[in-house]
Amino acid sequence: MSSSEYALEARGIVKIFGNHVALDAVDFGLRAGEVHALLGENGAGKSTLIKILTGAYQPDGGTVLAAGAQVHLDNPQQAQAHGIGTVYQEVNLLPNRSVAENLFLGHQPTRFGLVRRRKMEADARLILKRYGLDIDPSSELGAHSVAVQQIVAIARAVELSGKVLILDEPTASLDRNEVERLFEIIRDLKAHGLAIVFITHFLDQVFAIADRVTILRNGKLVETRALDDMTRTDVVRLMLGKDVAFSGATGVEDARPMGEVLLDFANYGRKRSVHPFNLTIHKGEVIGVAGLLGSGRTEMARIMFGADAADEGTVKVAGKPASIARPTDAIGHGFGFCPEDRKAEGIFGDLSVRENIIIALQGKLGWFSALNRDEQMEIAGRFGESMDIRAASLDMPIKLLSGGNQQKVILSRWLATDPAFLILDEPTRGIDVGAHAEIVRTINRLRDEGLALVVISSELDEVVAYSSRIVVMRDREMVAELSGENINPGVIVQAIANHREGPST
Amino acid sequence: MMRRILTRLANPQLLALVGVLLVNWLLFPNFFRITWQDGRLFGSLIDVLNRGAPVAILAIGMVGVIATKGVDLSVGAVMAMAGAVAATMVVAGYPAPVAVAAALAVGLVCGLWNGFLVAVLDIQPIVATLVLMVAGRGIAQLITEGFIVTFTDPLLIFIGTGSFLGLPMAAVIALVLMILVTLLVRRTAIGLFIEAVGVNRAAASLAGIRSRMLLFLVYGLSGLCAAVAGLIVAGDIRGADANNAGLWLELDAILAVVIGGTSLLGGRFSVPLAVVGALIIQAMNTGILVSGFPPEFNLIVKAALIFLVLIIQSPLASRIVPVRTSAREARS
Amino acid sequence: MSRSLRPLLATAVIFAIAYALAVLQFPAMFSTRVLGNFLTDNAFLGITAVGMTFVILSGGIDLSVGAVIGFTGVLVAVLISWAGWHPLTAFALALSIAAIFGGVMGLAIHYLQVPAFIVTLAGMFLARGGASVITQDSVPINHEFYDWISQLIIRLPGGGRLSFIGLLMVAVFIVGALVAHRTKFGSYVYALGGNPVSASLMGVPVARTTVAVYTLSSVLAALAGIVFSLYTSAGYPLAAVGVELDAISAVVIGGTLLTGGYGFVLGTFIGVMLLGLVQTYIIFDGTLSSWWTKIVIGALLFLFIVLQRLIFAASAQGEKAS
Repeated sequence: MSSSEYALEARGIVKIFGNHVALDAVDFGLRAGEVHALLGENGAGKSTLIKILTGAYQPDGGTVLAAGAQVHLDNPQQAQAHGIGTVYQEVNLLPNRSVAENLFLGHQPTRFGLVRRRKMEADARLILKRYGLDIDPSSELGAHSVAVQQIVAIARAVELSGKVLILDEPTASLDRNEVERLFEIIRDLKAHGLAIVFITHFLDQVFAIADRVTILRNGKLVETRALDDMTRTDVVRLMLGKDVAFSGATGVEDARPMGEVLLDFANYGRKRSVHPFNLTIHKGEVIGVAGLLGSGRTEMARIMFGADAADEGTVKVAGKPASIARPTDAIGHGFGFCPEDRKAEGIFGDLSVRENIIIALQGKLGWFSALNRDEQMEIAGRFGESMDIRAASLDMPIKLLSGGNQQKVILSRWLATDPAFLILDEPTRGIDVGAHAEIVRTINRLRDEGLALVVISSELDEVVAYSSRIVVMRDREMVAELSGENINPGVIVQAIANHREGPST
Repeated sequence: MMRRILTRLANPQLLALVGVLLVNWLLFPNFFRITWQDGRLFGSLIDVLNRGAPVAILAIGMVGVIATKGVDLSVGAVMAMAGAVAATMVVAGYPAPVAVAAALAVGLVCGLWNGFLVAVLDIQPIVATLVLMVAGRGIAQLITEGFIVTFTDPLLIFIGTGSFLGLPMAAVIALVLMILVTLLVRRTAIGLFIEAVGVNRAAASLAGIRSRMLLFLVYGLSGLCAAVAGLIVAGDIRGADANNAGLWLELDAILAVVIGGTSLLGGRFSVPLAVVGALIIQAMNTGILVSGFPPEFNLIVKAALIFLVLIIQSPLASRIVPVRTSAREARS
Repeated sequence: MSRSLRPLLATAVIFAIAYALAVLQFPAMFSTRVLGNFLTDNAFLGITAVGMTFVILSGGIDLSVGAVIGFTGVLVAVLISWAGWHPLTAFALALSIAAIFGGVMGLAIHYLQVPAFIVTLAGMFLARGGASVITQDSVPINHEFYDWISQLIIRLPGGGRLSFIGLLMVAVFIVGALVAHRTKFGSYVYALGGNPVSASLMGVPVARTTVAVYTLSSVLAALAGIVFSLYTSAGYPLAAVGVELDAISAVVIGGTLLTGGYGFVLGTFIGVMLLGLVQTYIIFDGTLSSWWTKIVIGALLFLFIVLQRLIFAASAQGEKAS
């Protein structure tokens, strides 16, 4: 195999953060003139790989080759010099500057040290035309739609780099027409021989645009293959690591009596976030939510908790109409929510384990009914024991704990409020085996104690084991509600992969 | 128990204060001499407490603001306004308690105004409080009509220069405020909520903490403390000097809070340590004075101190030597 | 219309209306004499405000400028009057010291990752303390060079005079506008104020730009100090106390977003002129007291901060909805 087969190649890349192996000997080859989809769930290692290819991270092992020659990429500028350009999900341009300046920043044409604005704008107009944009180059970038900004970002990356284009979830906030417009540009660039990496959560888009696909799971390369001979189900199976054919696990037996109805969401939704859905949740049951990243599963959890306000539909709590516009409303009704991004939205890093455990309960009690130190210690100690939180001291800052123990603390935080309903978003992601088992045990225990739970998870084996029903999300829409013998990984994978009838995209 | 108290005392701020006092003693052997005269204590040490009180009081208000990731630049101007209101009112014949209450009310209103800009209009704290920093001194001059309004009211003068149990009144007020505010934030959940909002506002919101009321509270308290400091400064010189009262003291107060171990990026805070920070600044001032250096040296020493603290607290330093933040140590 | 133009337009309209009203009340205010004095009296503030515009555009703030003016004035006065230096040599030394001073603040802000206000606060204490350590008195300057400069005047019809320092300020504004709007460095400053993460990903030299911005601000403050010494023929360590607040106000009232990324150098010029107009009006009126200046500036500051907040919040929502 000649090394020049690839415009950009990564060989045996290893990246370690602390004691967590983010990438384990991953190979990746990108050919000129192809669109190569890079797929994987959160924590699979996609973004780490991209950061290594763009010079934002340095690998701990392995090599990166551009056009067959080994390269060291210490920063994004060096990657750019080797012809590698990147466009990120949240457009990383300057909304406060003109379109032309965003295209040329750092490379503006000058005369006697002064920028030749007219030439710059004329050049910009020509470039924009090639990308099908008929906009005024002197206008402020921020005045244009996200789609236009995204295209400007692509134009900048291609004009400055010219060989490899990495698109990191460029379609996340675009509508169908905008996506199609973007795809036309991608096809055109591909025809001109550009090598393109395309990262997305939308399977339809992968099949619409990509030639080959590389799938990562838990930091390891699963497979690189041409898409021609793959089905959607194949892709989902590889991403989630489920072998559908041999999967026999089924859901909780129906014999167990279901509790009374606790929650009833009717036509509940939020524009540009989650399509309206209907869901009834009983006491003593776990609803599993399955779906790929970006399917709307987290958004659904957030509007249930009032972290984002629903703008459609109604919710009844124990039969009575309720308004849940803020987290405090939800907490007042006995809800709790463990968010997916533990570090950004869950833990208070500098505060102690004890304070992290009692804070939601204290929030419920208010300013002036403070729990004294002994009460705090008693509560924290109780959960520290029952949840098996491994901390040298309850007074140590939570940021020093392992991810699994942090997750147990956040779960304890809600259990301390004596909740009726818990929403857990990916509670077992990125945590060690012991903590994982503890959290699954806790979910089962809480269900048996009569709590209602909604658990979002990519771990299908686990979801089928404790869920009485499973809701499948796709394209920000609830597309299936599975129960009984349909609760098995094979059916779920089919439901996740199953695409809409009619033209794709 | 004894050991816990000892470890509590062995924090960098108190050690620094002791260090500065010892240096002062070396430079000026009579530094620790305290005499009893006319029913009150005299001496350099007492002087540190007395002169350090206004900044300490400002720092008591400022520490909560900074813990929420904010800052209040207007406290110096609010001091001038409060002093101006009290002085003008007693001169106009209002009873002193009414004048004092009015001055405190002005401070509270100013603080709530800042809180409104920050919590409701969502304006960056440094920008929001700049408005009153600029306009406040003008308003104070408007109240005094440009004069230094002198008064002879015994209550106002007592607030600035009186003594209680032999201690200067200003220091007593600072001590009482420190205890009251510490109780307010630590005996209730307010302190925990302030820290939670400062550490991670998104997580605080998901945990059911409403930050808006909290912001009103900390800015309101800061305004109120500024008014108290303004009354003390006015009482001390027996007049309201709208031009110079509290000039640049907001910066000393911020410095005191930072020396007290509270990060400008919010989070853990300690009211008593902020007061210790203010005393460190004042002890250095007094030291420079008693040892015969020109007082202008103060500014240079202060600048060096800021750089030192910033370097110690910077991420760069914690990468080289992992430092535990001192406010946390003091509380655990 | 571009949203960054809206605050600028508001400033221009407010200035035009305010000036028209002032002239209606005091016709004498519409004369070349008053306009010429506008430039001369506000020269040091204007030059400082140009540097402050760059700092604020980059998303920072510089509280040290007033102290740098004071320090420069004292240093120059002492070098000329006591040490017998030629003013130009003294100017060169003062500007070099300021450059190093600003550069160090920029380095600290970038590498210690601390808020600009606390670093420049330390700078303020240092410069003010340094000035007071040199001398605590006002040092008069009597040098033929100073006399010569003060006689460099263009007389205007109607009795007005354009002084050297007034013209120097205009020149600084023109060069400042060119640098901000027409050079790569200028575009980096805006980039930094708009989004430092994007700027760094787009290849903007963030460290170098930050250092350059604070260096520029200190150098211009030192130049303002020199101008102030030409204006007063003296150096005084407590000169120009609070000028940083006037400069920040002029920049914000001139339409620059206090959080960075949007604004115009020439807007700052209108801002400075508006502050000058308020002062001149108060002098003409005779019954109003000087403190009204501060109150009016504070009110204008509030008006513009809220105006910007509304304009930018509204358009941010517009972007999301579109």
